[in-house]
Amino acid sequence: MAAEFWVVVEHWGNRIGEITYEALALGREVADELGVPLRAVLLGHNVKEMAQSLGKADVLTYVDHPLLSEVVAETTAEALVQLMKEEMKERKPRGVIVPLTNVSLGVGTLLAARLRLPIVNFCKDLKVVDGKVHAKSVLYGGKMESMVASDVEPAIFGLWPGARKAESGRVDQSPPIEEVAVSLREPPIRLQRYIQPEAGDVDISQQEVLVAVGRGIQGRENLELAETLAKDLGGAVCGSRPVIDQGWMPLSRQVGKSGLTVKPKLYLAAGISGAPEHTEGMKDSALIVAVNTDPGAPIFNIAHYGIVADVLEVLPALHEAIESNKGGGKHAA
Amino acid sequence: MNILVALRMVPDVVEELEVAADGKWLDLEFVRMVLSESDDHALEEALLIKERQGGKVTVLALDAPDLDDVLFSALAKGVDRAIKITGAEKGVMTREAAHVLARVISNVPGLLPADLILSGTQAYDDLDGLIAPLLGHELGLPFLGIVTKLDVDLSAGKARAVKEYPEGVRGEFEVALPAVFGIQAAEKPPRYVPVAKVRAVMKSQKIESVPAPAMEEVGLSMIQVLEMSKPQVSGHAVMLQGSPQEVSSGLCAILVERGLL
Repeated sequence: MAAEFWVVVEHWGNRIGEITYEALALGREVADELGVPLRAVLLGHNVKEMAQSLGKADVLTYVDHPLLSEVVAETTAEALVQLMKEEMKERKPRGVIVPLTNVSLGVGTLLAARLRLPIVNFCKDLKVVDGKVHAKSVLYGGKMESMVASDVEPAIFGLWPGARKAESGRVDQSPPIEEVAVSLREPPIRLQRYIQPEAGDVDISQQEVLVAVGRGIQGRENLELAETLAKDLGGAVCGSRPVIDQGWMPLSRQVGKSGLTVKPKLYLAAGISGAPEHTEGMKDSALIVAVNTDPGAPIFNIAHYGIVADVLEVLPALHEAIESNKGGGKHAA
Repeated sequence: MNILVALRMVPDVVEELEVAADGKWLDLEFVRMVLSESDDHALEEALLIKERQGGKVTVLALDAPDLDDVLFSALAKGVDRAIKITGAEKGVMTREAAHVLARVISNVPGLLPADLILSGTQAYDDLDGLIAPLLGHELGLPFLGIVTKLDVDLSAGKARAVKEYPEGVRGEFEVALPAVFGIQAAEKPPRYVPVAKVRAVMKSQKIESVPAPAMEEVGLSMIQVLEMSKPQVSGHAVMLQGSPQEVSSGLCAILVERGLL
């Protein structure tokens, strides 16, 4: 019985998610350390050609079924359960990486529950210690990390975005493909349609400067401070999840997991703690400045400059400083 | 309509968190426990559905410090029944918590049949599984997560649910009921309830205590936390010190230097 390491491919809207390449890059490292082949598992309908960029894997299992054309956690998990029950007779996966994103959320948990296997969520890294796979997980909004192991194999690893660079997991060549059939029933949950985001007044992904506000802004009435500053800097305002959920800003201004990914020249994070769900959408900004009252806020781990203070004091002070700088500049000219 | 909402208390991450002496989990002695944020949204969504369409809302939670305040507050917001599950093992992880909740849901009279079972889509410490799909699995019901809107058509036995995808895209699903939903955000921000109203409810209403049933299955989690620590980071921000005016002029100079001003 040959051991392997597995990665479940995520695709959505006819393209492979970045998380897939990140997972393949990480999975490759783990498989090499374990000295076993890396298998990618692609579930879908008429998407066999997607294998062409999955060459990081040694071999690919392709499952084609009309009910797998969209990811519905129930159905995807059921297909994986059948596949693993069958394949585990032949092969011995030492672990299975399942993406933990808005597309795939729930798949890993259901798979683990149905097969009575362990799952480790929120993984941001995996490493092999004494021949066993250990996971590093991010907990408590990025404030803690834990090393986790299991005696039971295979464990399911729910992988968060950002574990590896996507580029390093993309190889434009198809691994050998093995096709496997599953038998699925019409699920009690069916996707009816996608609702595209309403075109916002501003496309925040195109802005060079973003002033991003989080819970620290405290109230809708204080948004003006951020808007003023954004105007000073020639940029726009955006927000983290709590601000959007409060209805203080439209969904089109949300940065992070359910919102947009941005890479401006300047990202000023005002009163944002820096939970992983937010930072996955802005961590590649050229310059990150963070203002937060909590010196332990995880945002300071990725920011280039940090200020421990109340945004309600710093934003107006920064506005004044910029004004006087501009004034000073004019005098000098 | 019968709606159940599973609630969980989690450490307040706004507070300073410390690792316990064994180095494996949080030092829970001094942390402040609060209702998990997406559970608060699940509760709000249940109340909104009840207001629109009528029905009964029951909240359930494993006992934890400050839980009574949360449950009385839920009753003051309009919940009909609040159940506290006592005696579960302290520090129980999500997979076992889901097992206990599912047993209570199955055993306590009046909870099943339920039309909707709601919970938050994800909690900070769902290390060994997410509660909503686990409840779905335990109860043999379908599950959908990251839900931000639910419209129930009880006569047709189905709901229309909106789920979030990346990049601001949402998907509209048709779900046969009963089903379990992981709520990401309610259609409106969770309501505020005045302290006076909570105090009044404390006198007029009761929290039901239910002992945790014996675990039918043990060792559900199958994972061991070897070590917990604050993140070891490769880099940290250069911290600007001083009054708001001082840090602002310092920052201004940096922005000028980078050609951003």
